[in-house]
Amino acid sequence: MEHLSPWVIFFAAIFTGNILLTYFLGMCSFLSVSKQIKTAVGLGLAVTFVLTVTSALNYFIYYQILKPFHIDYIRYIVFIGVIAATVQLLEMFIERYSEPLYINLGIFLPLITVNCAILGVSLFMIIRKYNFIQSVLFGAGSGLGWFLAILAMAGIRERMKEDKVPSALQGPGITLIIAGIMAMAFIGFSGIVQIQ
Amino acid sequence: MKDSISQIIKDDLWKNNPVTVQILGICSTLAVTNIFLNTLIMGLGLTFVTAFSALTISLLRNVIPPRVRMMVQVLIISSFVVIVDIFLKAYVPNISKALGPYVGLIITNCIIMGRMEAFASSNEPGSAFLDGIMSGIGYSWVLLVIAFFRELLGFGSILGCPVLDPLMKSIGVSEGWVQWAFMIMAPGGFFMLASFIWIANSISAHQVAHGKK
Repeated sequence: MEHLSPWVIFFAAIFTGNILLTYFLGMCSFLSVSKQIKTAVGLGLAVTFVLTVTSALNYFIYYQILKPFHIDYIRYIVFIGVIAATVQLLEMFIERYSEPLYINLGIFLPLITVNCAILGVSLFMIIRKYNFIQSVLFGAGSGLGWFLAILAMAGIRERMKEDKVPSALQGPGITLIIAGIMAMAFIGFSGIVQIQ
Repeated sequence: MKDSISQIIKDDLWKNNPVTVQILGICSTLAVTNIFLNTLIMGLGLTFVTAFSALTISLLRNVIPPRVRMMVQVLIISSFVVIVDIFLKAYVPNISKALGPYVGLIITNCIIMGRMEAFASSNEPGSAFLDGIMSGIGYSWVLLVIAFFRELLGFGSILGCPVLDPLMKSIGVSEGWVQWAFMIMAPGGFFMLASFIWIANSISAHQVAHGKK
């Protein structure tokens, strides 16, 4: 993976390999928090921030501590610990500096810990053997890609609030169908660049 | 006791199914539903992790301080995931490679956390263990149905052996089965799950309307 420019990875993570629409990561919060644009923006920003920070931290921990001591099999436990600590820090920070954001996001912040996208990015960067810069940009790009997807979804759902949907399909059902159509649209990007 | 056991089973498998009703935890497994066998392995791994974490947390429920209980739960869950990961690497290395990061992602599967919070942390070890197994199965069977159709339409095969191709040839279509590439890719997964939820909800609504339980 050495030959790939970090920017290629960055844009690929946003469009062609969107963490949500291609890898299905971060679905839970995507389905439940995409009703309003305002909360979607807050959560999207939080996810982007946490992803960027944790991919950098986890990179250091994995290659400086876990790998040299041959304890890389406990990486799941370590990674999830780092993610939980970062989220906790962010929560305290937001609580201190932005009351309205805290009220809106407060309940979702703990959800970020179990947002699969965060752990997924850390695991992907290890499996794909990215270097440090590549990892950080991959994290940031994935976060922005997730942000883009949830923002688009919130916009669509706000517009179709009044529309008639078959009763059995209301809520998550129709959201998944919209997500499917969005995923099809994103496949259109896949001709630009392909990362594995 | 017998009543509550059958209640748990019925709830987890259909009435309160984690996937169709609660829409939890599709992240880590939907991605591997384009091949049936991978989904089966994933489902087994998930059931194992859910059941044993539920048992452990239920046993420790009076010892864990409430303030740090989330952290403790995550650590217990991830320990069991590490066991599954090492086991898969040792016995089925090919599948372990195909599943890639998704085995590790069982940790962040919301179903497990959800069951731990809602059930295991306030119930007896026995019923918590049963609830863990049943949630795991309730989750897996839905995904197995999805995987079955995605593999059948996408690759024209069941469990890796081609089925539709010979079938099409035998009824006189010379080019055989045209694979639905769409089904293998991500949108296929979204649409299959949406259709499944649609059908499941319709059946539930029908049952309610006709006064059956």
